[in-house]
Amino acid sequence: MSQVTLTIDGKEVTVEAGTTVLEAARKAAIDIPVLCYHPELRPEGACRICVVEIEGARNLPASCVTPVAPGMVVRTNTPAVREARRTNLELLLANHPQDCFTCERNNNCELQALARDLGIKKVEVKGVRRDLPLDKSGFSLVRDPNKCVLCGRCVRVCSEVQGVSVLDYADRGFEAMVYPPLKRPLDQVACVNCGQCATVCPVGAITERSDVDRVWEALADDKNHVVIQVAPAVRVSIGEELGMPPGSITTGKLVAALRRLGFHKVFDTDFTADLTIMEEGHELLERLENGGVLPMFTSCSPGWIKFIEHYHPDMLAHLSSCKSPQQMFGALAKTYYASKAGYSARDIFVVSIMPCTAKKFEAARPEMNSSGVADVDVVLTTRELGKMIREAGINFAALPEEAFDEPLGISTGAGVIFGASGGVAEAALRTIYEVVTGEELKELDFTAVRGLKGIKEAAVTLKGRTIRIAVTHGLKNADNLLKKIKAGEADYDFVEIMCCPGGCIGGGGQPIPVDREIREKRMSAIYAVDRGMELRKSHLNPAVQELYKTFLEKPLGSKSHELLHTHYQERSRV
Amino acid sequence: MRVNSVDDLNKLKERLQKEHQLKEQTDTIVTVGMSTCGIAAGARKVYEAILKEVEKRNLNIIVKKTGCIGLCEQEVLVEVACPGRQKILYGKVKPEDVPKLLSEHIVNGNVSAELVVVGKAS
Amino acid sequence: MLYRNHILISSHTADAAAIKERFERELAARKLSGAVKVISSPDLIDDSEETLVVVYPEGTFYRGVKADDVPHIVEEHLIKGRFVKELLRCEYDDSTVPSLDRLDFFRKQQRLVLRRCGSIDPEDINDYIRTDGYQALAKVLTAMTPAEVIAEVKKAGLRGRGGAGFLTGLKWEFCAREPEKVKYLICNADEGDPGAFMDRSLLEGDPHSIIEGMTIAAYAIGASQGYIYIRAEYPLAVRRLKNAIAQAEEYGLLGENIFGSGFSFKLLIKEGAGAFVCGEETALMASIEGNRGMPRPRPPFPAQKGLWGKPTNINNVETYSNVPLILLKGADFYSSIGTEKSKGTKVFALAGRIKNTGLVEVPMGITLREIIEDIGGGVQDNRKFKAVQIGGPSGGCLPRSHLDLPVDYDSLSQAGAIMGSGGLVVMDETTCIVDVAKFFLKFTTAESCGKCVPCREGTTRMLEILEAITRGQATLHDLEVLERLARVCKNTALCGLGQTAPNPVLSTLRYFREEYEEHILQHKCRAGVCSDLIQYQIVAERCVGCQACVRVCPTGAIRGEKKAPHKIEVLDCIKCGACMEKCRFDAIIRS
Repeated sequence: MSQVTLTIDGKEVTVEAGTTVLEAARKAAIDIPVLCYHPELRPEGACRICVVEIEGARNLPASCVTPVAPGMVVRTNTPAVREARRTNLELLLANHPQDCFTCERNNNCELQALARDLGIKKVEVKGVRRDLPLDKSGFSLVRDPNKCVLCGRCVRVCSEVQGVSVLDYADRGFEAMVYPPLKRPLDQVACVNCGQCATVCPVGAITERSDVDRVWEALADDKNHVVIQVAPAVRVSIGEELGMPPGSITTGKLVAALRRLGFHKVFDTDFTADLTIMEEGHELLERLENGGVLPMFTSCSPGWIKFIEHYHPDMLAHLSSCKSPQQMFGALAKTYYASKAGYSARDIFVVSIMPCTAKKFEAARPEMNSSGVADVDVVLTTRELGKMIREAGINFAALPEEAFDEPLGISTGAGVIFGASGGVAEAALRTIYEVVTGEELKELDFTAVRGLKGIKEAAVTLKGRTIRIAVTHGLKNADNLLKKIKAGEADYDFVEIMCCPGGCIGGGGQPIPVDREIREKRMSAIYAVDRGMELRKSHLNPAVQELYKTFLEKPLGSKSHELLHTHYQERSRV
Repeated sequence: MRVNSVDDLNKLKERLQKEHQLKEQTDTIVTVGMSTCGIAAGARKVYEAILKEVEKRNLNIIVKKTGCIGLCEQEVLVEVACPGRQKILYGKVKPEDVPKLLSEHIVNGNVSAELVVVGKAS
Repeated sequence: MLYRNHILISSHTADAAAIKERFERELAARKLSGAVKVISSPDLIDDSEETLVVVYPEGTFYRGVKADDVPHIVEEHLIKGRFVKELLRCEYDDSTVPSLDRLDFFRKQQRLVLRRCGSIDPEDINDYIRTDGYQALAKVLTAMTPAEVIAEVKKAGLRGRGGAGFLTGLKWEFCAREPEKVKYLICNADEGDPGAFMDRSLLEGDPHSIIEGMTIAAYAIGASQGYIYIRAEYPLAVRRLKNAIAQAEEYGLLGENIFGSGFSFKLLIKEGAGAFVCGEETALMASIEGNRGMPRPRPPFPAQKGLWGKPTNINNVETYSNVPLILLKGADFYSSIGTEKSKGTKVFALAGRIKNTGLVEVPMGITLREIIEDIGGGVQDNRKFKAVQIGGPSGGCLPRSHLDLPVDYDSLSQAGAIMGSGGLVVMDETTCIVDVAKFFLKFTTAESCGKCVPCREGTTRMLEILEAITRGQATLHDLEVLERLARVCKNTALCGLGQTAPNPVLSTLRYFREEYEEHILQHKCRAGVCSDLIQYQIVAERCVGCQACVRVCPTGAIRGEKKAPHKIEVLDCIKCGACMEKCRFDAIIRS
């Protein structure tokens, strides 16, 4: 790549050709304000906040979409630029509800921050304001069009990253708005509830459906025995939500906080992650031995499950029949644990803390009631948990480290890595290797399947048979991989697919903002937790062994099928 | 009909020009402005009225359509070209004007003064 | 009794009576006496000594009629409806008819692009070929290289007729230079300015000229596939184009191996759904691709990455139809017309308060005065000229002092207007200038795609301020905000629609600021258009109490006894002005 030298605010800057003026300015330590720009999405050039002066240009170009040119002279802070940025921001504010106090994104809002940074003192522009109904139809997400600034990030993430394209613009001019197809409510379209739109939304126009109050109510009701499970990825991200740096490992503090909130038992989804490896690993071995449908796809990610149901229903037979760890947990909590602890299924109220918005939908699936009632009662996102902890006045950083309760709180490093893309495949390999060969696996780290690369591949030879593995995350990548498999261009035995970029650490219920760097930090925290665990192979989890011995009997046994496995259904694309 | 070469094109053009000249010398040609502006002003009805009149009176004239000459204010425009005479452009023609216009101009040789917009040198 | 026909017979000749009697007999024999009336007319006379017979309602004149001709006339004319040719009186007198080239409307025009419109049959390719059609293409494909074609167009100085006036040859060169094999050519026929219909007229009147121009351009840039993006609201144009494409394909002038040159070109029609923004080239391409018609930032320019990501050249209808002319008559001929930087002619649609509304083609550099006063015949009803809006909703409003401005790209843009696609709306003193700005802004506000903030939100807010001004509810501070919004929208909007949307506001503020201030400070609309600012009153001394106004008032707002002065109830009056028009005593005034 050739280098281009230009002048920004009097300073010479040399960058690669093809760099935008915005990126070049950042290299020169000038942060041009942005709104519609998102580093991981194709620039849109819609908000016109990042405008700059460029000598020779007849107007003020948007720096996010203007490539550098040799000898270009850019000024980012002139009266015309300031007037333009303020005016465009003022125009947005004039059509935005002024209800920051009660907004989900209060104090974590890019529009608010811009108004502060650009020194808006008064909104001189006045006039009619949008008044559109909220869409609260879905289990996972709520859309408030009145807060929408039409930056189009949700539209872009939904099509570019997730390949779902369930959001797009409709209507013109002042009426223009982002809508699902045919302006239908979200629960009537092929939305997978992944919540990536919510994580890129700069304002509070798309948020998770808040279920915090349902949990407060459950905790206040003496009739309930409230147990909570925490997904692997939450322990490396909840700190972020509460003001700690990204990648902080806060497993013990998290357990302590949950106890202080009043949960009767604090359990770990990692336990059922280990269990998933036992079931799914044996399912894979069975498919391999008996000529079952291959490749087998993982089934932990509810966004991915809904995606394949909508968009590739012809491939449902490839999905592992295993429930996700969350749902296995719910089913066991209300049966195995209930009888052990002397409760009936109805006495137990199961709350999940998930990095995920799609889990809310998953828990509400009618088939997820193996215990006779809903196996999981309420799902909260990492963000919602953060709100509860703040509301309860818990000083998270100052909490002591506490341990999960037994027995559903005992886990291995293999369970924890479920939180990062590649983790399920790696955990499965650790177990399958030893189950098949009967030898101890020395090198536990399958680095080939780790990291943020879109599609990762590995092959392991077990007793002369090579098992080909692919790992992907982000549904656009998944879609491409599926199309390749259908076309016969890819041949695998086992494919791990996670809905969100980076896996659950990048989930739609995780702290905002998120970018590649933050994902990497959360990811390395996950692997650090794994390294620090005494046990790192699922089949060595004593609580899992105990569970099989006293309750399930064996992997893929009849009890397993009743409680831990599920089925899928074709869903329409519109 | 296929034009395979420049030669083909030129031969075709020459033939068409000759045919056209001949027609102009022998036939009366009535042309109606039939673009959207004309049609909106009622050109289709005028065109039909002309065809009807031609058939009814067994007139030996050629009726043609053309595009807009720009005088939208004056639509419907009808041009009458009799051999050897200057062309006359009639404006604001209505279907009911047609019988009189044709018989006055083509049959009687009188230009219907109240409808004339302009004459065109032939 | 209604007669089907009347027969007038001149009474000055000897056999007149016999002829009349013969008519009556023949009619009776055919039982037509009740349907045809025969009249002897002493007034019917000419300088010949022959008997004259006129058959009405056709007014057919027969001369030299003899009694023996009568059965024939009755049979042929009255029954069969045919003229008796041998008896027709046919003497031509055209001397009183003005000739075409003497008519001012045509005298100052230079009809090059429109030369075939209104003369050939647009549905017949032979008419086009007869008038030198496809000669330029023949020359290009058999005797010129693509580079030579581009050089010729560059030399001619042709600039895009769609608005901004970019040099066409240069645009072609950018596209031709791209190494990519697959390239596309697009004709922008999404004419959407209110009151503009130049392109429609060309498409309907001379469709082959656009096909020929496009084929030449395709050869120049190396495209083998072209699209004509045309509004679905132009059904006749679509039909004529389809017909023309089919005929050209049948003749081998479109399709494979044209003129045996090895060059092939396929042309498809894509009908747009009528969004104004789809005239913007990136939105237009998005629309062809089947996406929402929304502009995207440039670069990359269409010449680099256009339709389906391939290098694409887009010109508008009028631009393409200039091309055959340039190649046929040569760049030197073409560049001899117009000004130094604006070559050739431009087609304008004259509209508004002008005598001759319609379509005109004038050489670049002609003054506005010549177009409006000479060609257009001046302002209607002898009113006073006030302003002219050039370039549609993206253009500007120029005052009387600019009447002698030469019409070329650069002069217009300096004056705050644009050539645009060529809409020219003339306004007189009964037009309120704030209302005009409001009208055009209302259009762009409704047509904004909603993508970028200044256009989506800014135009709406500007419109709201204009509405407040015309209601007399604005302050001078609002005027400042209006100017700021207009400036920022012009400077920061994503595409041409938003960047030019404030032009009507900015240009009227530049030339007619006092009228804005009058609305704001004095609550006065001098043109009497803004209904919130006007009042109708009856001058008691002049009112005779005839009640004409009472009868015409749609809301019953006028009260008063007969023959006594009336009064208008202000609260009931909707300010329609019907009473003032009706009053024959000038007793009703507007203030």
